Amino acid sequence: MASTIAEKILARASGKKEVKSGEIVDANIDLAMSHDNTTLVSEIFKEIDKENVWNSQRIVIVLDHRTPANTITTAENHKLIREFVKKYNIKNFFDVGEGICHQVLTEKGFIHPGMLIVGTDSHTTTAGAFGAFATGIGATDMAAVWSTGKLWFKVPRTLGFDISGELSKYVTSKDIILYLIGKIGADGANYKACEFYGDTIENMSIDSRMVISNQAMEAGAKAAIIPPDKKILDYLKLRDKESFEMIYSDQDAEYEKTFEFDITNTEPQIACPDKINNVKPVSKLTGEKINQAVLGSCTNGRLEDFAIASDILKDKTISKKVRMIVVPASRSVYLEAIKKGYIEIFLKAGAIIVNPGCGPCLGLHQGVLADGESVISSTNRNYKGRMGASGAEIYLGSPATVAASAIKGEITNPKDMIL
Amino acid sequence: MILKGKAIKYGNDINTDVIIPGRYLNFVKPEELAPHAMENLDPDFFSKFTKGDVIVAGQNFGCGSSREQAAMCLKYAGVGAIVAKSFARIFYRNAINQGLPVIESSEAVDATDNKDVLLIDLDKELIKNVTKNLRFTMQPVPEFLQGIITAGGLVPWLQEKSHS
Repeated sequence: MASTIAEKILARASGKKEVKSGEIVDANIDLAMSHDNTTLVSEIFKEIDKENVWNSQRIVIVLDHRTPANTITTAENHKLIREFVKKYNIKNFFDVGEGICHQVLTEKGFIHPGMLIVGTDSHTTTAGAFGAFATGIGATDMAAVWSTGKLWFKVPRTLGFDISGELSKYVTSKDIILYLIGKIGADGANYKACEFYGDTIENMSIDSRMVISNQAMEAGAKAAIIPPDKKILDYLKLRDKESFEMIYSDQDAEYEKTFEFDITNTEPQIACPDKINNVKPVSKLTGEKINQAVLGSCTNGRLEDFAIASDILKDKTISKKVRMIVVPASRSVYLEAIKKGYIEIFLKAGAIIVNPGCGPCLGLHQGVLADGESVISSTNRNYKGRMGASGAEIYLGSPATVAASAIKGEITNPKDMIL
Repeated sequence: MILKGKAIKYGNDINTDVIIPGRYLNFVKPEELAPHAMENLDPDFFSKFTKGDVIVAGQNFGCGSSREQAAMCLKYAGVGAIVAKSFARIFYRNAINQGLPVIESSEAVDATDNKDVLLIDLDKELIKNVTKNLRFTMQPVPEFLQGIITAGGLVPWLQEKSHS
């Protein structure tokens, strides 16, 4: 029977020759990731009453959400997690300052094509950019994984997205995925495995592909897979990862639906408050006043994002009416951005650089919004109250749009910055 | 398992950030979380709520983050069940793991108004709108998931299994 990548990975992980969509399988987990919410997972794990975790090598814990600790309660939680990893001999522990879990997993070489990965974070789908089936789960499911190494899955149907055309200057993968979510809706991929392919995807860097796999979760995607290629092999070779199978969908595999998008003339896109599928071209919003601009997150805090933003911000000054906050996705991104001079450009333009981590994306620290304020942000959610007061408005856009808007003090088409 | 409660109705895409805002995720105890349930959407939720009330909502209930605290706070607040047109997948799993019945029925959602009294029979997979005297079926749930809900969640279910 012909199968999609998602079906092949779930079949392999559950020890079956093949699986059908709709079937429930009990699958062996290759990698289990959690972050600051490890506290909740460990509380539940204790109730299951296990002496040992199933495999300490396959568990990765990264502190990224409230780092460094923003309150005494957070400090106590982080302390409990440090004690937990010591007790259970979990060596793959990355303490505050290393970066966002999804970025750290890839940089440290934990991900390769064909893996079945679960994480207690919805954006675990990011690893789909490496041809893995990676999905978010809750704390109780993770406690069960820590205990047994297994989890049940309903084999999802696959949606195919064939993306073609060349991106014009300052139009990025963020604009493409926002545009797609605007078309298919906030639940357009709920319960589905998405597969992204076509010449636009093939020509994208790994950084850009990770944006697609990350943000696709906002359409409900259970997994957001990009077929692996030489770029992935080269990336993994640098991390001494060479023995794995590249898994692809069969030619005649059955997709629930396939979409074709020619993005040649696509403008930069904005997801407007407070629905992710309330997507409009930037030209419909130019002039909208903003108080804050955020460049960062697991979606768009990578080196390529910093490169495009610094290209726009070089020798410019951020509007006095705007606080611009820059959050590198990891220590490694931060170091490279220093070497390439991006950080100096941001600082000279008037931006605030905070430590690698989730930053202000989830409204806890490092730039919380007041009622009536607006932000343009390269993060992934614009829900009411997400980044602070419930009366704050969140506009999501690409790093280029964030940078251009920070200079003008209002939502600005980055294409207008081309000299 | 039979549940009865009055409906509290919401729209589509009710996300986990409005169910339990990120600022409360440091809490792991349900009693600390419950008073903040639905705070970003409906600040009076906890005060107007009666134990056993049923949330009735449109499509994609619980979309967004994987935070299990969203299901925990609703369960501890006393929500009897959630009837929605559809659920986001992570929330759906989390609710079952917390022993919170999650029921899909577009017809029941469309026909139910705020404060209507609902009677839900999980075993017979039936929903009755007592106020309007209407009956609806629900999307069937696999037996092992029903077992988890009846046990009160995944942890008690695993504990029951290990003792039997």
